[in-house]
Amino acid sequence: MKILVPVKRVVDYNVKVRVKTDGTGIETAGVKMSMNPFDEIAVEEAVRLKEKGVATEIVAISMGVAQCAETIRTALAMGADRGILVESDADLQPLAVAKLLKAIADHEKPGLIILGKQAIDDDMSATGQMLAALLGWSQGTFASKLEFAGETMTVTREVDGGLETVALKLPSIVTTDLRLNEPRYASLPNIMKARKKPIENKKPADYGVDVTPRLTIVRVDEPAKRKAGQKVGSVAELVSKLRTEAKVI
Amino acid sequence: MTALVLLEFDAAGIKQPSRSAVAAATALGEVHALVAGVNLSHAAAAAAKLPGVSKVLVADSAALDHLMAEQTSALLLALAPHYSHILAATTAVGKNIMPRVAALLDVQPISDVAGVVDADTFVRPIYAGNGMATVKSSDTKKIITVRAASFDPVAAEGGSASTEAVAVGDLPGISKFVSAELSKSERPELTAARIVISGGRGMQNGDNFSLLDPIADKLGAAVGASRAAVDAGFVPNEFQVGQTGKIVAPELYIAVGISGAIQHLAGMKDSKVIVAINKDEEAPIFQVADYGLVADLFTALPELAAELERS
Repeated sequence: MKILVPVKRVVDYNVKVRVKTDGTGIETAGVKMSMNPFDEIAVEEAVRLKEKGVATEIVAISMGVAQCAETIRTALAMGADRGILVESDADLQPLAVAKLLKAIADHEKPGLIILGKQAIDDDMSATGQMLAALLGWSQGTFASKLEFAGETMTVTREVDGGLETVALKLPSIVTTDLRLNEPRYASLPNIMKARKKPIENKKPADYGVDVTPRLTIVRVDEPAKRKAGQKVGSVAELVSKLRTEAKVI
Repeated sequence: MTALVLLEFDAAGIKQPSRSAVAAATALGEVHALVAGVNLSHAAAAAAKLPGVSKVLVADSAALDHLMAEQTSALLLALAPHYSHILAATTAVGKNIMPRVAALLDVQPISDVAGVVDADTFVRPIYAGNGMATVKSSDTKKIITVRAASFDPVAAEGGSASTEAVAVGDLPGISKFVSAELSKSERPELTAARIVISGGRGMQNGDNFSLLDPIADKLGAAVGASRAAVDAGFVPNEFQVGQTGKIVAPELYIAVGISGAIQHLAGMKDSKVIVAINKDEEAPIFQVADYGLVADLFTALPELAAELERS
């Protein structure tokens, strides 16, 4: 079974992001970029499935500016076999990304596509579900465990009150939650090997997909700031203030 | 202009996040609501009482039980021609279904809406709430999930909507519900609780979370956790409050042994009153706390339980 793993280049999760002073967006110039953490979990899961003999080939896909090739290299160093870069300077929103991924899936015919459950930049949590819809496939979102038996995949999902298990017909889509696995660090020899793995260069036009954004960002504001309050000296003082001042207990 | 809201419900009635989604929808025009699944008479009656809802659609089908995305999105697609906006709460259910509906309609969904500016324009958090983006949609239909913490829920009673059964056509058979393991708790749900007490890495292990129990019991609070505590295996993921967990905005949020990482603050900084208990005076959580207590939680928690017990 072939597995596709889309990976997104985002501002590193350790960076304290700042809203641009002109309110047009988030400051990204000179900021460290990394693979979206949930996508690392997706790559890891695909590599483990290959190690277990469930998967035969892993194709890592990224979309966006030319530097997204670095994100693909990271996936290749973790164990993906080859890459596809869809290069575009446009603001690629989930609908456009899902359409491009559908076009790639139509050509590559994978048995499974594993994506992160959300990107930590736009926090949309949409691409996997949209891709499943466009392909007419089942979806196992927010997955914490996968099991395969014949044409069926059993997915344990993280839901609001606990866990839910669903049986999905393959081919299918999985989006990863935190506890699916713990991603490996690429070893130096594997980083060297990844340099020789092929990355195909494509453009949205190659797939005939219109990537015009449907959402216009009118402006981005700083969130309302909370002011630090007061320090209390004891538990008794805390309880007393919560009763008489804040009146919440 | 009419909006349709997909409701989630349980034996107690319509869930609070869904009532917040109804509140968001009332800013857009007339509101219809949808209940789907089996044995719906109780849920339909509860939905009809929601203030602001003028009609309740009832989709009775075993295939819709558990609101699986593949089947529920097909139903919403069939209902979509009658509506300008389709909304659900930003819950595991809403997040699973709504983008799928959007793709079927060739629409870019608008996730986790925290403010309604007009029929096309919405405010939503990005980068874990470090930016609030105002976005305008050029799609003719809007597919929206609603950040429940940003809208006061409509009351559970007071309305009198009509109900109408909707025909359920063929639904896809590509997925099947197997089982659910829901944590059994007498406590309120995290997203609906008036008071939340959360533990972080400072709790040191899962057993120590029991120190929160007497306080939660006394206050009628829900228990939550930071991602660090979940990652360390102290408690299950459904406890997680933060960017990648649940977003809460209770009257009172008590953060115990939580340093205050950006991703945790993203999930609780809209709480009305925040209390932080941490032995590290420099912990960032103190910068957002209304009341900060610099103390070792292993002495402070038993003291707090005793103090609450006293009166």
